[in-house]
Amino acid sequence: MVELTLPKNSQITPGKVWPKPQGAKTLTEFRIYRWNPDDGRNPRIDTYYVDREDCGPMVLDGLIWIKNTVDPTLTFRRSCREGVCGSCAMNIGGTNTLACTKGMDEVLVKGVVNVYPLPHMPVVKDLVPDLTHFYAQHASIEPWLQTDSPPPEKEWRQAKDDREKLDGLYECILCACCSTSCPSYWWNGDRYLGPAALLQATRWLKDSRDERTGSRLDYLEDPFRLYRCHTIMNCAQACPKSLNPAKAIAEIKKMMVERQI
Amino acid sequence: MSNTPSSGHAPMRTPLGRVRGLGSARSGTDHFFQQRVTGLANLILMIAFIGIVICLAGSSYAATRATLGNPFVAVVILLTLLSVTTHMRIGMQVVIEDYIHTEALKVLLIVANTFFSIAIALAGAFAVLKISLGG
Repeated sequence: MVELTLPKNSQITPGKVWPKPQGAKTLTEFRIYRWNPDDGRNPRIDTYYVDREDCGPMVLDGLIWIKNTVDPTLTFRRSCREGVCGSCAMNIGGTNTLACTKGMDEVLVKGVVNVYPLPHMPVVKDLVPDLTHFYAQHASIEPWLQTDSPPPEKEWRQAKDDREKLDGLYECILCACCSTSCPSYWWNGDRYLGPAALLQATRWLKDSRDERTGSRLDYLEDPFRLYRCHTIMNCAQACPKSLNPAKAIAEIKKMMVERQI
Repeated sequence: MSNTPSSGHAPMRTPLGRVRGLGSARSGTDHFFQQRVTGLANLILMIAFIGIVICLAGSSYAATRATLGNPFVAVVILLTLLSVTTHMRIGMQVVIEDYIHTEALKVLLIVANTFFSIAIALAGAFAVLKISLGG
């Protein structure tokens, strides 16, 4: 059955309240999920106070400030700090998003910035989820151009309007905000490919240069891989790049019907 | 968030092997399409069916039998039964597949759901035909 409560070893306990920085005039409170695989304890919520005059405006700025000045053990992924790499995806103020492009003041709940790892994923440590399965799902849709015709002397050509069909699809950065916001992915993520992998699949199905559309559709035609999408739309709401995976999945379903009737 | 490694039951299997699993079932589109077609049919048929029920409200037994004896009325009711039970079966199967993760129980419930839907459809059809054909 679906697990509606957390397993005993995942239940969250109160954590440490770290001291306020001395002499700071403007403070923002952060409550952050902490879990260490090595100490044998349950996860806990630590409270930190960020000195806003010594720190940038984004949630990631706050996390880096905490790591640099308060608690170097706080663990999270980050790289580009401008919404391109997708590393710092986490659940902030109840919504999956990128810490680097979300302003602290946009996500305050009763004056607090709440930060958790992406929901329903195994946790490696603190805010770092294990995305192994998620990446394997992306690999399984074979995200590269597949052709049988002999390669042309120069590039594979594509009309301008065909290229435009990839807009809204190619921009995906695989941050996993969408898939981990999807209840269907929570319940059946082992077999359901999830919005991110399916949006990527659509990107290759829609590519006029690709010659394996049929076998791509064959791979997806499955009650679990594709049809677990019930158009809940959390994916479109969560996507920090404002893409619409639900629409992309609907396009796949349309293609499935189209080749049958 | 569960603090267990993602390796799960088959730690030695590669992640890609786990995702590919038993491969594609090569089905699902039929249910998807049928669910939408019966959804549309339900909308039209239920309006007609509710119309029939309203017309028959307060009628005598003999008048009701006479109305159901009309082939158009009987066929509308039979079509409604077929469309509604088909829609019901697929819808319930999706719910079972979504929430039941014990394989044996899932199969049992899917079969029970199919039997139940067919039984409802046939019982309803038998009743309509019995009245309609004056048995």
